Amino acid sequence: MRVCRLWSLAWLLVVCLDVHAEEAGKVLRVAPHSNLTILDPVWTTAYISQEHGYMVYDTLFARDARGVFRPQMVDRYETSNDKKTWTFALRDGLEFHDGKPVTSEDVIASLRRWGQRDSMGMKLFSFVEAIEPVDAKSFRIKLKEPYGLMLETLGKPSTNVPFIMPKRVAATPPDKQIDDTTGSGPFIFKRDEWKPGEKVVYVKNPRYKPRAEPPNGLAGGKVAKVERVEWLIIKDPQTQVNALVAGEIDIIENPAHESYASFKGNPDIQVESSPVPRQAILRFNHLHPPFNNPKVRRAAMAAIDQTAVLRAQVGIPEMFNTCFSVYPCKGPFASTKGMEFLGRGDIKRAQTLLKESGYDGTAAVVMQPTDLAVIAKFPVMASQLLRQAGFKIDLQAMDWQTLVSRRAKKDPPTKGGWSILITNFTVFDLANPTAHPLVGAGCDKAWFGWPCDAEVERLRDAFPRAGTDEERKAVAEKVQIRGMEVGTYLPLGEYITPRAARRSVSGAIDGFLMVLWNIEKQ
Amino acid sequence: MLRYLLQRLLATLPVLLVVAVVVFLLLHLTPGDPAAIIAGDSATDEQIQRIRAGLGLDRPLITQFVIWAGNVLSGDLGESFFFKMTVSELIRQRLEPTLALALCTIFLSVLIAVPLGVVAALRNGGWLDRALMAFATLGFSIPVFVLGYLLMWLFALRLGWLPVQGYRRLSEGLWPFVQHLILPCVTLSVIYSPLIARVTRASVSEALTEDFVRTARAKGLPERRVILRHALPNASVPIVTVIGVGLALLLGGVVVTESVYSIPGLGRLTVEAVLARDFPTIQALILLSSVTYVLLNLLIDLSYLVLDVRIRYR
Repeated sequence: MRVCRLWSLAWLLVVCLDVHAEEAGKVLRVAPHSNLTILDPVWTTAYISQEHGYMVYDTLFARDARGVFRPQMVDRYETSNDKKTWTFALRDGLEFHDGKPVTSEDVIASLRRWGQRDSMGMKLFSFVEAIEPVDAKSFRIKLKEPYGLMLETLGKPSTNVPFIMPKRVAATPPDKQIDDTTGSGPFIFKRDEWKPGEKVVYVKNPRYKPRAEPPNGLAGGKVAKVERVEWLIIKDPQTQVNALVAGEIDIIENPAHESYASFKGNPDIQVESSPVPRQAILRFNHLHPPFNNPKVRRAAMAAIDQTAVLRAQVGIPEMFNTCFSVYPCKGPFASTKGMEFLGRGDIKRAQTLLKESGYDGTAAVVMQPTDLAVIAKFPVMASQLLRQAGFKIDLQAMDWQTLVSRRAKKDPPTKGGWSILITNFTVFDLANPTAHPLVGAGCDKAWFGWPCDAEVERLRDAFPRAGTDEERKAVAEKVQIRGMEVGTYLPLGEYITPRAARRSVSGAIDGFLMVLWNIEKQ
Repeated sequence: MLRYLLQRLLATLPVLLVVAVVVFLLLHLTPGDPAAIIAGDSATDEQIQRIRAGLGLDRPLITQFVIWAGNVLSGDLGESFFFKMTVSELIRQRLEPTLALALCTIFLSVLIAVPLGVVAALRNGGWLDRALMAFATLGFSIPVFVLGYLLMWLFALRLGWLPVQGYRRLSEGLWPFVQHLILPCVTLSVIYSPLIARVTRASVSEALTEDFVRTARAKGLPERRVILRHALPNASVPIVTVIGVGLALLLGGVVVTESVYSIPGLGRLTVEAVLARDFPTIQALILLSSVTYVLLNLLIDLSYLVLDVRIRYR
């Protein structure tokens, strides 16, 4: 009995010491949505690398919670009367993690590298005549003609974000990944503690000088309130939940939809109120039958029912909404024009359209990624609706990585190609016609599926040239109408996967990619 | 003996060569493109082509094989496409958790299973034998993830005695190291113990019917001595074999257990590498696994010399 008591006491002591050591360290532990393997957020479009970028780097401009682009590293900027010259001055006190000041040379080198990788960056640089330093803290962009998306481009919030790196790092050819993770952001990456597949560690950057304004979306002061952040790579969704409940982690970035029910009754767990939505999308392969025929595409678009596919995939009504717009439904360009009967499950109309199209019964190969829970059910429901409309469907199950490789194949569906691909994008990536990869119809240069339509491209090209908000909205709407006529893709609606966190965590910034400044842990 | 050892070691070379060729071909013939995976979801075809060229995947297959085989022979396992570090370093990082888990599991399993097997053999056909074997069958039948979640729920969530997940290296302290190993080791032991217990029971039961056991008993030796000095050593060859094979399986990585308890071992690395089509890492892991199997089998064979003096190798 006495021995038992001694053992219990020793056990308790050890557990208490362990807990105290952790609390004293002010460590925030997070289960991110994916493993971080690529440290170059300009080289890859992977979301996890962008989130790593927000920890380590800073941006010239940033989008606030209302969608307004505000200066971040920039202190002030001015535009010439003809809108062809933009001059930017950096804030005082900006320093890289190695103590060296951030200069205009660093900014120019970073923008040049990013401008060779990112679609909006490429568009901006197609307007640029010269980009040059004015002095150590100011630089100038001279344009060939006015470009209406300057701030939206420099403050692009998602893939690929124009992060500012030291000139020596930004000198890395855009096709090569950077090795040096020196940035000027609120956290410093601890390379010596990085174990891919296990743990990613950041510590607070003591040199970082946040803006004076309160945090507002990605804009405002980025104040690191914890000393250390650990991303723990926990693959199993149930283990993530158990670890959160046990207090071993503080935040799960993307819990599985099945997990939310278990959070409801737990007083220690809170669920984020307004996370960034994702738009589910259905993409046709325009190169091969049956979807090389625009009338067949229209028939399929009429057959699909957003409500049905979202209900099958997400299941929780408050976590999805139908959205009959190619742009985010809460964004400035949202419109239902051109989508009057699309995505509403009008099977009779779909059957009529299919009959009129001359569809010959060619089987459509629908790819289903069985290992990616956030997408896996969409193809099953979509296939069923298409069958009801009269399509012959070949639903092929595969793992996500096979799908990713197969979607790049331009071969006919019968020879290893595909007909329908379903995936999702954060709505940031679909904010306007220039950024939106799916409304593009640039043939070989278009995103997988390769739609080809000169009119869509002409309209997209007009977007950055539009001078006012009204003009932009009008052009964006025309792009949508033409895009839906052509059938570049079909939006399947929006859904969310809110973050779950322990109640001891406060200050999380809602509605954006996972950024961890401003977060406090009691 | 030395000649036998050399012969066995030399015989492993063709095995490894065949494994290397087959694995290389299988990987490159399987659908999936590491360049597309690395490039990310919004990457264009052109970006993927550039990455593919950068990784050398646009070269002819034979050229890729010759380069890889040459590097392996010079001790260079290459660089992981996906993790952007040398494969040797990656394996070094993941080896400790797998090794710790394997040794702990085997130790615990042997500690539980061998005495249970002996007791069951001694009570052959009795209620204790039936109960132990029923328990063994249950342990062997229960899926590892079910048992893992049950133990996690009880000991981590309800009682709060042990952590839910993760791994702490020995260098981070003995207690955190042990604390994080207990649940995964117990989970795996529940699977492995029945296997060893059943083999122990069968072997000891058979040994107990042998003449030398009857002679030992007739000489008036105490039953404990009869079991420990005569029956068990003679029954040990199949027991050691099953322990060795179990150890080899564990060293190859236990994917489900590592996933459920979030242990960054070789099993999880293998799955991650396969899903990412990380060819250099998969090839190195399979070669490592083959070498482990071959060497452990050799060690098992050599152990027979010690365990059974009648065995001789030429």
